[in-house]
Amino acid sequence: MKALTGTGGLLRLALRRDRLQIPLWAVGIMLFVVATASSFDQLYKTAAERAKFAADIASNGAFKALYGAVYDASTGGFTAWRCAGGGVLFAGLMSLLLVVRHTRGDEEAGRAELLGATVVGRYAGVASALLVVGIANLAAALLVVLGMVGLGLDAGSSVALALGIAANGCVFGAIAAVTAQIASTGRAAAGVAGALLGLGFVVRAAGDAGSGTLSWLSPLGWSQAVRAFGDERWWALALPVAAIAVLASIAFALVSRRDLGMGLLPSRPGPASAAASLGSPLGLAWRIQRGAMLGWAGSFLALGLVTGLIAKDVSDVFANNQQFADALRRLGSSGDLVDSFLASILGLLALMAAGYVIQAVLRIRAEETALRAEPVLATSVSRWRWAGPHLACAALGTLVIMLAGGLGLGLVHGLRTGDLGGQLPRLLEASLAQVPAVWVLGGLTFALAGLLPRLVSVAWGVFAAYLLLGELGDALKLPDWVLDLSPFRHAPRFPVDDPRLAPLLALVAATGVLALGGMAGLRHRDIA
Amino acid sequence: METVITVSGLTKSFGRTRALDGLDLVVRAGEVHGFLGPNGAGKSTTIRVLLGLLRADAGSADLLGGDPWRDAVALHRRLAYVPGDVVLWPTLTGGEIIDLLGRLRGGLDRKRRAELLERFDLDPTKKGRDYSKGNRQKVALVAALAADVELLLLDEPTAGLDPLMEAVFRETVEEARHAGRSVLLSSHILAEVEALCDRVSIIRNGRNVESGTLAELRHLTRTSVTAETARPLPDLSDLAGVHEIHRNGTRIHCQVDTAQLDPFFRRLAEAGIHSLTSQPPTLEELFLRHYGDRITEESSGAAAPKEAPAAQEAPAVQEAHQ
Repeated sequence: MKALTGTGGLLRLALRRDRLQIPLWAVGIMLFVVATASSFDQLYKTAAERAKFAADIASNGAFKALYGAVYDASTGGFTAWRCAGGGVLFAGLMSLLLVVRHTRGDEEAGRAELLGATVVGRYAGVASALLVVGIANLAAALLVVLGMVGLGLDAGSSVALALGIAANGCVFGAIAAVTAQIASTGRAAAGVAGALLGLGFVVRAAGDAGSGTLSWLSPLGWSQAVRAFGDERWWALALPVAAIAVLASIAFALVSRRDLGMGLLPSRPGPASAAASLGSPLGLAWRIQRGAMLGWAGSFLALGLVTGLIAKDVSDVFANNQQFADALRRLGSSGDLVDSFLASILGLLALMAAGYVIQAVLRIRAEETALRAEPVLATSVSRWRWAGPHLACAALGTLVIMLAGGLGLGLVHGLRTGDLGGQLPRLLEASLAQVPAVWVLGGLTFALAGLLPRLVSVAWGVFAAYLLLGELGDALKLPDWVLDLSPFRHAPRFPVDDPRLAPLLALVAATGVLALGGMAGLRHRDIA
Repeated sequence: METVITVSGLTKSFGRTRALDGLDLVVRAGEVHGFLGPNGAGKSTTIRVLLGLLRADAGSADLLGGDPWRDAVALHRRLAYVPGDVVLWPTLTGGEIIDLLGRLRGGLDRKRRAELLERFDLDPTKKGRDYSKGNRQKVALVAALAADVELLLLDEPTAGLDPLMEAVFRETVEEARHAGRSVLLSSHILAEVEALCDRVSIIRNGRNVESGTLAELRHLTRTSVTAETARPLPDLSDLAGVHEIHRNGTRIHCQVDTAQLDPFFRRLAEAGIHSLTSQPPTLEELFLRHYGDRITEESSGAAAPKEAPAAQEAPAVQEAHQ
């Protein structure tokens, strides 16, 4: 097996480079599953409550589509219902990002060439990337099992759930190993693999909404097919294992058929001279930013459409659980359960949009560290005219993707309730109302890029903190002033019957101050 | 004389590393100025200070009559820059990048752009990520040379170019000089500097060690002499400025300080000259003398006459050290 020579060395290198990422992802996946289990434990304390909840879900097509079927009316059963598919989304995202980073990403940066010239076999790169993903998923699975056993859940069933998530997460790592051979950039490879992850969700949802046959085509369905905490079917774990074997051999076959640095698809020539639109810093920023903006807008539209489908049925499912209904009601401004559910979805969209705005603003720093800012700043373009258009794109992009989410939500929910004329405008308005809170994170990211460029990834840390604050803040009974640190607490709650401008203006002002701070920093510091 | 760049006492530190340590540099209007130094000497840092990308800790810099940090935007209209490390936007074509940079500077000469693409044999329809290192360099060169500017800042512009393209590059620099442009050319390719540059600055450890025309710099160094005399030469140790003497009977090879050539040749003539070769120092020797503490000795050994076997050289070297 000369083709695998050096795999061990590359594996150690990859683990060294990922010594922070992998533990963070593993803990994140663990928190997702264990926090879900813990909340079901508190919400449904008696057997009667659990049986009622299980029956409600089973009778609701939309919920079945979103999360699949419940196989056991217990805390463990509910956790498996809620997390078997969702966990694969997280584990799959981790896996595909890791694989792309260590295969196409390295190739793009030229590092693979440096390594490939040493005593390293042709397959070693892909093989070590897949091993990294295997280790990361097993680490996450181990943490999940430990956490669930800690809650007093059955160890064997916990292992079944955790392995179902981990093995199917790995499938998306193997998918990324294939897309990394086909696409010629890391971004495209991750994009295609991510789109397949989304497709996996849609196929599984369509399957579970119908007879269930289609679900067998999706790794997310395979994870649920293990039926952890129900009538466990361990053989379902063979499906992801077989898929990984097939995908890995495809990836290996492709590796040996193509040249380093090239994709399978030949690169097409482009225009010999620039269009008039590409003549200014804004034109350049738009070219750099537009792909991500359109991708996020598409995803938000799809997410809005899917969640719009189930919004109407929320009241049926949760009306009987006073505690859950109360928790949900706190998210909205009116007592109506459906509106409260819509408010929680809008809040979720806003949080995800924060992820968008952070990566969009980080492009400014990325352009700088990649040395692509230098030739632009060596022309008669000031630092403000260079960075400003990226900020404008990020701000506009936030608006566009939130509107796309609101549009999807409003269209489907409006059609289902027969009140399109009423629902669509109020949901569009509500999604717009979230935008200033999202902008604050963009402003913060830019302030970091200008003032503390080395610490710019702190922006992701703040994002994670807000995520946890939103999820666990109430449960942890944190004081109000801590919760108020999150800009999302200050965005108006849906339905926005009484639009008060003051908090919105305050958020916009905060964004402005942060952006000006970043600009002042950028103007006075050295460019990398 | 009018200058386009005047730098004095420039200091810049990155953390504990001192990149520039009191650097001086003067580039006169209309000249091609060679900027030499070993890796890490501070050449790129100097150029980046001149571009207003870095702010100097101390010292003064004057670029085209303005302050490179404060007046960056206005000054950049009058100059073009080729970075040492050319990174292109992966999804933009070479042609798009050339146009973009030209427009950002305030316009470029279409006719000249087309002509340069032709001469550099560059395909403008390829995407940035598909260019080889040499072709990336060409994109940056065409973008800079097509601009109608007063000053060109070129940071190792020919890295990765093949000899044919290197020749084209030299032509374009000559044309720039004829058009009255000033050029600061940082380079490692000494033949290029020797062929193109009017004046040269050599820096080391962020400090200027030598500056002047090539003739002036040569004057400061040594001429290599190989001679055969009728009678064996008497002892030369009383003569100042004669170094690295290698003798083999009536043959002698040594390095002579340019200022001491006259007394040396008088002594040589007394012994009756049969044959004589003398060579001015090459830029390479200048370079090595300033950079290598030990290299100078090694290189003179290599340049010694082939006839002199190594075994007989040993006592000669001893004599040189007496």
